[in-house]
Amino acid sequence: MDTQNKIAVSFRGVTKTFGSVYANRDVTMEIHKGEILSLLGENGSGKTTLMNMLSGIYCPDAGEIYLDGKQVTIRSPQDAHALGIGMIHQHFKLVDVFTAAENVLLGVKGREILNVAEATEKINTICRTYGFEIDPSMKVYDMTVSQKQTLEIVKALYRGANILILDEPTAVLTPQETDKLFSVLREMRKDGKTVIIITHKLHEVLAVSDRVAILRKGEYVDTVETATANEQILTELMVGQKVELNIERPAPENPVLRLQVEHLTVKGHEGETVLEDVSFDAYGGEILGIAGISGCGQKELLESIAGLQHVEAGSKVLYDAPDGTKEDLIGKDPKKIKELGVALSFVPEDRLGMGLVGGMGMVGNMQLRNYTMRKSILAEIKHSKELAEQIREELGVVTPSLNTPVRRLSGGNVQKVLVGREIASAPAVLMTAYAVRGLDIGASYTIYHLLNKQKAKGVAVIFVGEDLDVLVALCDRIMVLCDGKVNGIVDGRTATKEEIGYLMTNLKTEGGESNG
Amino acid sequence: MAEQTVKTKKAPLFHIVGRGRGQLPAYLAWGIRVGAFLLALLLNAAFVYLVVQVDPLTFYQTMLKGAFGEGYLWATVKGAAKLLCIAVALAPAFKMRFWNIGAEGQVLVGGIAAAIIMFYCTNLPPVVIILLMAVCSIIAGGLWGLLPAVFKAKMDANETLFTLMMNYIAMNLVNYFYYLWRGPKTALGKINQTTHRGWLSSLWEERDANGFLVQQEESLFTNSDFWFVAIIIVITVLMFFYLKYTKQGYEIAVVGESRNTARYAGISVNKVMLRTMIISGAVCGLCGFLVVSSQSNTISTSMAGGYGFTAIIVAWLSKFNTFTMAGVSVLIVALEKGAAQMANQYGSIGFSPAAADVMIGIMLLLIVGSEFFIHYKVAFRKKTKEVAAV
Repeated sequence: MDTQNKIAVSFRGVTKTFGSVYANRDVTMEIHKGEILSLLGENGSGKTTLMNMLSGIYCPDAGEIYLDGKQVTIRSPQDAHALGIGMIHQHFKLVDVFTAAENVLLGVKGREILNVAEATEKINTICRTYGFEIDPSMKVYDMTVSQKQTLEIVKALYRGANILILDEPTAVLTPQETDKLFSVLREMRKDGKTVIIITHKLHEVLAVSDRVAILRKGEYVDTVETATANEQILTELMVGQKVELNIERPAPENPVLRLQVEHLTVKGHEGETVLEDVSFDAYGGEILGIAGISGCGQKELLESIAGLQHVEAGSKVLYDAPDGTKEDLIGKDPKKIKELGVALSFVPEDRLGMGLVGGMGMVGNMQLRNYTMRKSILAEIKHSKELAEQIREELGVVTPSLNTPVRRLSGGNVQKVLVGREIASAPAVLMTAYAVRGLDIGASYTIYHLLNKQKAKGVAVIFVGEDLDVLVALCDRIMVLCDGKVNGIVDGRTATKEEIGYLMTNLKTEGGESNG
Repeated sequence: MAEQTVKTKKAPLFHIVGRGRGQLPAYLAWGIRVGAFLLALLLNAAFVYLVVQVDPLTFYQTMLKGAFGEGYLWATVKGAAKLLCIAVALAPAFKMRFWNIGAEGQVLVGGIAAAIIMFYCTNLPPVVIILLMAVCSIIAGGLWGLLPAVFKAKMDANETLFTLMMNYIAMNLVNYFYYLWRGPKTALGKINQTTHRGWLSSLWEERDANGFLVQQEESLFTNSDFWFVAIIIVITVLMFFYLKYTKQGYEIAVVGESRNTARYAGISVNKVMLRTMIISGAVCGLCGFLVVSSQSNTISTSMAGGYGFTAIIVAWLSKFNTFTMAGVSVLIVALEKGAAQMANQYGSIGFSPAAADVMIGIMLLLIVGSEFFIHYKVAFRKKTKEVAAV
């Protein structure tokens, strides 16, 4: 093969702007046929935007895209399909009430009468070829996240994709599911397909890809052979400077019992059990990690403690105040909890939809915790202004002004505002949900550092996380949730990722036993 | 093959691009707005020329005369004040993302409440009547606003439909009282025509021993229209202050942005919703009182004059800033009066009231449409690329 035939896609000077922001600037790079290419970069480095231009969602402002050496204009996802490009987005585009086969057929041009039997046969062939496990007659709402992702891949292959783009495919998977996905991807490579995975997880990049292309702030940096790379090299290329990759974990200093959760049971809207008989203790001076596949009760657990969730009778959340008194938080709303003097801070998963007011500036968001401080009818503002200024300085929040709506700030800055505010209230218990999701490496380490500082102050930190590498590096103890039940509490210093991954997906028959 | 057809496609002629995080500088944003306004003037001039062959200069002179000319100015000011009052009433509800489109009805029930006092409590001293009217109007409007909020809070009933339907109930309540009080007469006419009981002017009017009005020196303070406008300006300022600086105003803003955030911060969403709708309805009710006591002195279904709906546009265009609302209200009413003057002057040569409405429509479409270009831009295909693609 000469080099011309080896290249599947080539970008030449591709530029895309949103307003005055360059999402991609003059990107020139090549993707080989039959390789697994990792597109690596921090959040906001333009990985997804670049791939969205290949899959017809965006149109480049400048530059050209060549496919098999010929220039193409991809105006829509339909064009991309016709060119054999399929993209699996981070958020799946599936119809819940349809079966797998129906979802695959959706939008495929053909005869007016659907031939589901024929499609099913074709789907089964695809599954056999690459080692997928999927039941074409299964409804999407009955599927696990991993099955939905598989379906998305099958959908793309059904439409004849030769180039497959996966956007952060492992974000929602357990380590075991990730391994399975990777083996499927290798099968596809064997078959001559080109696979591009967008990711910011280094160990996965090293595990699966042939080459790694790195973007930084919308610009193309370099492509390296995976065989010659390691985590340190890739991080430096990605961030542009040397980064210390170790998370500190000081030993807890005289831990004090701060929060006792007993028999917490929560039911969902349709009466299904979301949390079942969850019991655990949290100690001041330690970081308690909470692991679990997404949506198995983490959100409800934290919201129950914060007084935002309706819980079943018999549930208890006892707060052990530093002065020795005990207070049951169940049945109290956030206002009542605050009035009782319970120093509880909460960094929820949905930052702009729950923790902050997106349309308000830093000052307005500081007011959220302070606005009732004055006795008169007027809302407190002076203290909030000072606090906003202080957080901007101490945490290095980048914002044009203290009144710029926080919605317009980058993810890392949004999180700094939220965490900063929650820490400022001198909490005794600090709960965080996915505190570093979407944050770049620098910002992530700022957050870890802040949490460690709180731990040193004697705060009971509850850290709901999704990255197992971080959980085992940061937390003193890790509680693993599985199907809304406690499936074990392990020591963060001795536990392995595999052990936690196993606990996340395989419920012990006799229920969780605390050994922390 | 499909692949072949795709390759021959050109890039789209233009596509819409969001302006993203970077906001347009204020001068450019206003440039776009002013540009849209000028374009609307141009289009309207063309439209008028096509319909009645009036040249643009004469046309705009007529418009200006109808809006701000001698003898017309006060009508515009009063109309704008009424529109402003209703828009100000809508501000807290809309800021809370509660789509109160029942302002028309809330004004009407306020008016009815005032008229009932006026009609039945004629023996009370003038000051007491006026105060009682105001209080009852505020209560009536507040209740009319509260009802949809209660259903929204308890059963999540759609407030848009609910408030809309309440308008029709209010309109027919007006009809009921109108026919009840009219009796065998051909029209209701002004209530308390001779005694002026419940008229705002009764506060300063003097009567001689026989009950005849004493001629008074004319001044601003003995002018109902002045008080009508002045009170509305005071309400506007108070509402601005309420929304911007008070705890309740802050709560409204938080609830409007995100109910979850409000809950998270310990704000009772339902409480804020009920309270805010009482306020919104109450200000509408107060507007009804002002209209009845200082303007119409009677009731009719056209008391609110459709401004309950126009005010929605005003509130949106002003992004719920009560001071901007004042400007927008003047603009819209001036347009209306100007167009009415056109219809009046050129009606005989074919400029109908409908044509006047077309003019207003063109104007509003362009002004509202210009907001789109403040948030998005249109990127055209580049010349060089076009060549390459062919």
